[in-house]
Amino acid sequence: MSTQVSPDIDALITLMAKLPGLGPRSARRAVLHLISKRTHLMAPLAQSMSEVAATVRECLMCGNIGTGEICDICSDDRRANGEICIVENVSDLWAMERAMVFRGRYHVLGGTLSALDDIGPEQLRIPKLLDRITTESITEVILALNATIDGQTTAHYIADEVGERCMISSLAQGVPIGGELDYLDDGTITAALNARKRI
Amino acid sequence: MAGLSLRSLTVSHFRSHKAACLELDGRPVVIYGANGAGKTNLLEAVSLLSPGRGMRRAASDDIARRPERLGWKVSAVLDRLGQQYEIETRAAPGAARQVRIDGKAATQSALGRLVQVVWLIPAMDRLWIEGAEGRRRFLDRLVLSFEPGHGDAALSYEKSMRERNRMLKDQVRDPHWYNAVEDQMARAGALMIASRARVLERLRLAQQGAQTAFPAAGLCIEAPEEGNDPQGVDELRSAWMEGRSRDLAAGRTLVGPHRIDLAATYEAKGVEARHCSTGEQKALLISLILANGRALAQDRGTPPVLLLDEVAAHLDAERRTALYDEICALGAQAFMTGTEDSLFAALGPRAGRIHVSENGGLSSLG
Ligand SMILES: Nc1ncnc2c1ncn2[C@@H]1O[C@H](COP(=O)(O)OP(=O)(O)O)[C@@H](O)[C@H]1O
Ligand SMILES: [Mg+2]
Ligand SMILES: [Zn+2]
Repeated sequence: MSTQVSPDIDALITLMAKLPGLGPRSARRAVLHLISKRTHLMAPLAQSMSEVAATVRECLMCGNIGTGEICDICSDDRRANGEICIVENVSDLWAMERAMVFRGRYHVLGGTLSALDDIGPEQLRIPKLLDRITTESITEVILALNATIDGQTTAHYIADEVGERCMISSLAQGVPIGGELDYLDDGTITAALNARKRI
Repeated sequence: MAGLSLRSLTVSHFRSHKAACLELDGRPVVIYGANGAGKTNLLEAVSLLSPGRGMRRAASDDIARRPERLGWKVSAVLDRLGQQYEIETRAAPGAARQVRIDGKAATQSALGRLVQVVWLIPAMDRLWIEGAEGRRRFLDRLVLSFEPGHGDAALSYEKSMRERNRMLKDQVRDPHWYNAVEDQMARAGALMIASRARVLERLRLAQQGAQTAFPAAGLCIEAPEEGNDPQGVDELRSAWMEGRSRDLAAGRTLVGPHRIDLAATYEAKGVEARHCSTGEQKALLISLILANGRALAQDRGTPPVLLLDEVAAHLDAERRTALYDEICALGAQAFMTGTEDSLFAALGPRAGRIHVSENGGLSSLG
């Protein structure tokens, strides 16, 4: 897949081809496109990437990603409404935010329980979650986990652990089995949140 | 005329077949030819038009034709109760198998609602003698033909149980984690158990007073330990909860629907299947497959597609003739293989014939 042009450009294409959704062919196209828009796109993109690469980090509270120790959502007092929404990963958090219905805070697990993949409760920030329920005076935990088997096992686990500490609800079913939050449209997420069921 | 039949079958890069195309008319199909010609491979292709790993339980990459290993594809035009569907399944190298129905991506259980396939293969001649796993699989195949959702329940159960077994091996002690996994297992497991019980009862009814030359089989499901046979969601949950320390010591889950056995008796003689002669054991299997076909025809309007590999083996001429007559009466599209066309003479014009031969590792039809 060498372009026979320059080792630097080949290296760039190889890196681009590692992005999700891009193969060698589309990576070559993207690189050519970038080069043709060198000042308006390529240089600002490179600068933005190096800045984010230097500053990006996980929020110490919720696991969202941001550029500070505490993410924007966790630093915003207006979002301390006593509700905390549990999601599997950052892309699910973003999907919830795009729907603009949830006004509380989040807790990103970073995966689901899976003994077969060596992912236990400690790997999923669950101890931190139990902490937050007390320190942030949480009144309702909303489980927004995917309808996969692992997602549902994890939801059951958290409900069991949280126990009587606060109210627990789960996004309304109707989310297709194996369907992932990130793929649902905003309307579906809104409906699922409004019709959430108490566990 | 069959209520469920393949009207054409196209097999590409599938084991010894590079590109085989069969035009079919709904009658049973006799596939004959020398050993190694590629007959069973064709049946295996049909078996993959239903959920699961097919009748050899082969890994997808073993099915792809060697030496090219380009992946494989099986497609068919299906007639179900007068309605036609284009169904297709394929796998690229290293990838999971995909299903399409009428050109659209579909799940294996959607396929299972359209096509029911039940098989009898030579390896099952020892089904009643060997371990319980083969009998469970046979039972589940019959259950799947009645209740396509059984496959999903079995998959969920299997997944959660493997999870629990891993926790047991890793000596996990967290009770909340076990609660969560056992809850998933219990929901799926209770569905499986109920489906199996319903289908067993249905098969019992279908055998009663049936006009058949094959011996009725008395069936029952046996738990691995007497008196420890949880069935419903709550019973299963508490059985696993109480069994944790024992399971931790064993490193695996000792009770549940993955451990049951299917026990059969030759009813007229009151003899357990495993003590019957080889021919009698085979007759019992055929009897169950025919009962399953009759029940499906009655309940769902159509018997399943039958795959009967080397079916003539161990059957005397009289039994063979009876089998052919019953298949025709059932109206099932049965694919039957044998080394000689003459084994199927009694079928006369009631079946189509396909000759398969092999040359240099490549099968051809004609
Ligand atoms: N992946 C594969 N690629 C090419 N040939 C295969 C493959 N798998 C099996 N075969 C060949 O298929 C032949 C067996 O075909 P089979 O249908 O079982 O024969 P039979 O007509 O006796 O039922 C064997 O010669 C075997 O080598
Ligand atoms: Mg064979
Ligand atoms: Zn945060």
